[in-house]
Amino acid sequence: MALTSLVVPLLLAILGGYALWKKVDVYGALTAGAGEGLSMIVRILPSLVALLTAVSMFRSSGAMDALTGLVSPVLEKLGIPPETTAILLVRPLSGSGALAVAGELIARHGPDSYVGRVAAVMMGCTETTFYTVAVYFGAAGIRRSRYTIPAALAADLTGFVAAALAVRLFFGP
Amino acid sequence: MAMAWVWTILVGISVVYGIVQGTLPAVSRAAMEGAASAVELAVGMAGALCLWSGVMELMDRCGLAAALARLFHPLLRLLLPRASRDSETLAAVSANLSANLLGLGNAATPPGIRAAQAMARGCDGTASDELCRLVVLNTASIQLLPTTVASLRSACGCAAPFDILPAVWLSSVLSVGAGLLAARLLSRLWRW
Repeated sequence: MALTSLVVPLLLAILGGYALWKKVDVYGALTAGAGEGLSMIVRILPSLVALLTAVSMFRSSGAMDALTGLVSPVLEKLGIPPETTAILLVRPLSGSGALAVAGELIARHGPDSYVGRVAAVMMGCTETTFYTVAVYFGAAGIRRSRYTIPAALAADLTGFVAAALAVRLFFGP
Repeated sequence: MAMAWVWTILVGISVVYGIVQGTLPAVSRAAMEGAASAVELAVGMAGALCLWSGVMELMDRCGLAAALARLFHPLLRLLLPRASRDSETLAAVSANLSANLLGLGNAATPPGIRAAQAMARGCDGTASDELCRLVVLNTASIQLLPTTVASLRSACGCAAPFDILPAVWLSSVLSVGAGLLAARLLSRLWRW
């Protein structure tokens, strides 16, 4: 606990000192980056509204529980908590969609709960696969992507399994 | 387009399920509350996200991204031997990877695209093994500080949002390793 509460203040202080020593405009860089963070929030807010509306409806209708019950035997074999089903489905398709689902899970279960932590680690170790493939191959004029998508999805699936495994490893079940 | 289907199917199933199960009043309430909670979530995480974006920008301007990029050269010569022979492509790929590592998504894409374009030259619209590997590296995120999700955790009242770091690093390494391994195995099987 003492160590984790040191990380952020120390990082800020050391980075600031190092940047000053390197003659970088510390304050200018911080505020410029913060501006970019704000525009990122503005960019994802519309899709957060759309997706959280749909996800909340889906959950309160009881359909989410039915879906979770349906896939939970498979997920339990892989060691993945069934509550995170929606993240698995949305993550490769939409970054802000997955953020909405993960945000709802973390708020509902608590950020320091097992499910909340697994959801956070899942978001941290995977990417919006289909979007990324489309951007890169679109720009490079590639029409036949061959095995890229299966390989990338294998990475995502491994990430999901590893996220649950790593949270159990570092925090206990 | 995929998201249009996902959204409509989610809402459609909710309505059908609501009628069948008699949960329609809850569904109607949830629609409004969901929209409101999206704004709460975004506002709640805005402060932390802005701070971390600032820190990442500062790391970039300190030359940390460039230093990281140089560290990648030996690894990239191993992973992408043909592309690495061209020094410009090598520089673009390493800039792409180091920006990804620092969580600078906007800074990662332009050099990544430049590298992909250089590697796609003369291959007539078919992805080469190395190009597939580059894209797999980009779809499997490796981040030193997963700032977006940490901001999300702070917004939910987490005292130590970065306590998941070791878990994120471990699972990122496993996921990237699995992606590269899958690419290697599939490159032998894929004949078209």
